[in-house]
Amino acid sequence: MDMDSTENGQDHRLGRIRLLDEQRVNLDGFAEPDPELGMIAHRSPNDPEPSWVVADDGTVLEMDSRRAEDFDAIDEFIVRYAIDHEQAPRSMAMSEVELARLIVDPSTPREEVLRVCSGLTPAKMARVVSMLQPVEIQMAMMKMRARRTPSNQAHVTNRLDDPLLIAADAATAVLYGFRELEATVPVLDDAPAVAIGLLIGSQVPAPGALTQCSVEEARELAMGVRGLVSYAETVSIYGTEQVFTDGDDTPWSKAFLTSCYASRGIKMRLSSGAGAEVLMGQAEGKSMNYLEARCVALAKAIGAQGVQNGGIDGAAITASVPGGVRELHAENLMVMLRGLESCSGNDSLVSESTMRRTSRTLPTLLSGSDFIFSGFGSIPSYDNMFGPSNFNAADLDDYLVLQRDWGVDGGLRSVDPTTLEAMRREAAEATRAVFEYLGLADFDDEHVEAVVMAEGSKDLPQTDGLKVLNAARIIDQSGLTVLDVVRALAETGFPHIADRVLGMARARISGDYLQVAAIFDEEMNVLSALRDPNDYRGPGTGYRPSPERQAQIDAIRQARSVADLVREQAKFAEPGRLAPLGPAGVGDDPREVVIGVSPAFGTRLYRTLSGMTIYEVLEQILAGLEEEQCVPRVVRITDTIDLGAIGKSAARLSGSGIGVGLQAKGTVLIHRRDLPPLANLELLSVAPLITPEMYRLIGINAGRHAKGTTPAPMRNAYTDEAITARYHTKVVSMVAIERREAERREADGHIELEVTR
Amino acid sequence: MSATSYSGRRAEEVTVEAVRNGELNLDDIRISRSTLLAQAEAAERSGSVQLGLNLRRAAELTAFGDEEMLAAYEALRPHRSTFDELEALAQRLEARQAHECARLVREAAEVYRRRGLLR
Repeated sequence: MDMDSTENGQDHRLGRIRLLDEQRVNLDGFAEPDPELGMIAHRSPNDPEPSWVVADDGTVLEMDSRRAEDFDAIDEFIVRYAIDHEQAPRSMAMSEVELARLIVDPSTPREEVLRVCSGLTPAKMARVVSMLQPVEIQMAMMKMRARRTPSNQAHVTNRLDDPLLIAADAATAVLYGFRELEATVPVLDDAPAVAIGLLIGSQVPAPGALTQCSVEEARELAMGVRGLVSYAETVSIYGTEQVFTDGDDTPWSKAFLTSCYASRGIKMRLSSGAGAEVLMGQAEGKSMNYLEARCVALAKAIGAQGVQNGGIDGAAITASVPGGVRELHAENLMVMLRGLESCSGNDSLVSESTMRRTSRTLPTLLSGSDFIFSGFGSIPSYDNMFGPSNFNAADLDDYLVLQRDWGVDGGLRSVDPTTLEAMRREAAEATRAVFEYLGLADFDDEHVEAVVMAEGSKDLPQTDGLKVLNAARIIDQSGLTVLDVVRALAETGFPHIADRVLGMARARISGDYLQVAAIFDEEMNVLSALRDPNDYRGPGTGYRPSPERQAQIDAIRQARSVADLVREQAKFAEPGRLAPLGPAGVGDDPREVVIGVSPAFGTRLYRTLSGMTIYEVLEQILAGLEEEQCVPRVVRITDTIDLGAIGKSAARLSGSGIGVGLQAKGTVLIHRRDLPPLANLELLSVAPLITPEMYRLIGINAGRHAKGTTPAPMRNAYTDEAITARYHTKVVSMVAIERREAERREADGHIELEVTR
Repeated sequence: MSATSYSGRRAEEVTVEAVRNGELNLDDIRISRSTLLAQAEAAERSGSVQLGLNLRRAAELTAFGDEEMLAAYEALRPHRSTFDELEALAQRLEARQAHECARLVREAAEVYRRRGLLR
């Protein structure tokens, strides 16, 4: 029987183990590496030795230890298209260490690395990236990603396929800064209705966000042809021939399909990612990294402009084996090393542990990518029809703070609630107007209002699912196109949105967004590997946020200034309750205790960090003193903000020689005339945790010290809150205010105060 | 940028006003063969040979209707076609100047025969 099992209802686990068992990380599954199942991140014993053997006439005889006559369809396609036969002999002759250094070294330009990598076989590239340390992978990603400006993609979906909510959430995502929006549908036939909502909403805050609605290929292409979506990415490829053909495709059919999308001016990337082959039980004993190296080479060979990888649906499988999370990043790097757009995963929840899922995403955020997420769940998890993403709507503030903490551009920006409401309303209203104008469906005001205010679809009134389905059917049957949407927007009073939606259609004519890593910025400029190439060459080079963009990154809605704090504090002022009587003198009553308060106490600051007002705090201390039959006086100490000095000054003025020092933030101590300034009799320093009872006890104990009797024991407050994180910014502001008041009032001397109770 | 659409319309002519007047159809916002070829050249100049080739195939496919195009895709999927059917498809593609596409289909037929992916 295990030491940690329970027997007869008795828990025999060690307390320390029980504590760990309760942590969320232990809800995750972890697997022993098992190369036969493909449950190994890097370097399976079954991975082939890299090789490239060519006959005198240039015919390839062998790649990665496989002879040409045994090439499977994937090998064949890679040999024909992915690998530069001129470059290969040179690149393959280089050692893995040499290649790894070339990839990481900032002084070797990206173009040079791309040239060398064009001659690498999948097995060789897999070996090279598997020897990189995490920070080396990040260095390489910073240099090798295609587009200079990083960006981000959002999932925008909901359980009801409600097109108005899709539109409002699309507008929300664009307002937050996402430049690609990916939808899908729980009900396949709803797709065109969702695509239209997404298209309209995506253009409300700013022009240029690309949209897609992920369904099966023929439908997706049909929606693309009609201009209802502008890109596609769920065109999957796999690393073994068996899984590939089980997926009902071959490299040739996928290459043809890729060209089909381009022929209609639709941006497209392929989708792969480790773990997929393992999940299908067909990894052929190979490592995840090697199979993905094959996928990435194949994507290059097919001629796709980019790849979505980094685990994707198999991310949690990959993360369950040693080195798995590093493998996910290595996958993204391999895409970059082939010169393709990296849409860098992070789009499925890899862990129940917040610490672990942050650890999975942070490296990508710090190094930057063409798309840091291939789907940040911009809607609440329950509305994500792809399944929860690694970061979701509830994590937006966390993400914005991470961006700000590190000072990096993660593609997003803060949003103020007023603008957000306006954008959501406009998106919902414009979509309603289009649906009504085109005779697709009618939505009432109540529905629009619910959509605007909703967190997600759970906040919407119960609706008839048939309404959306019916609308979608009409769209399909009547062959509605983007031009109908534009006309409807123009005719129903949304000319500026009409113009932006038409702008997305117009952009197809030039096709500039078919190039590698293309997005539109908010002025409809194309940013791509051609127009905005990554030029990182070491410190001081490459992408740096503009001052405007940096200001967006730095400004989060929760940030507060000193002026904000003064305004907030003023709300708690109770005028007339603390009246100055004049200069304070030295008392002679042996029962007298002086409460010395800080310069801003009741002049600028009125509420302590615990949330009690300064009046409540005073009442408690006074009551405590009175319980001990002492005579309290209250004096404002004007020449210092230091709590010890305040207490000591109060003690000097006190007939008993005992003083209480009290700052406006709530820290309090008891002092005695003859003690050195930095000593004290009792101190409560963690202001946020001081309760009314504790203040009363301070009064009681000060009284007892004055009388020479035994004080009552004080319990220290405890909390596991991040006290410094919560309160220190406030403390800094409060101290600044205290300091200012001290400078202003010093000349006045200490002032006797009358407390009205 | 003064690219013209599939129908020959200039991008500047694609306006909301024109849409309201019913002057535009999908071919006016569809990418043309020559624009795709220009994009292929741009990709090749920047070193993306494979993307260039993909865009060349795409340029060829502008001549085909959606259904024809998707039927050709379907024929290339595993176990859909015999060797001869793929050869016939290649000839049809070639007859309409889709030489790169035809080459891809012929190559597929050879590999499919060796790997058992024919019907």
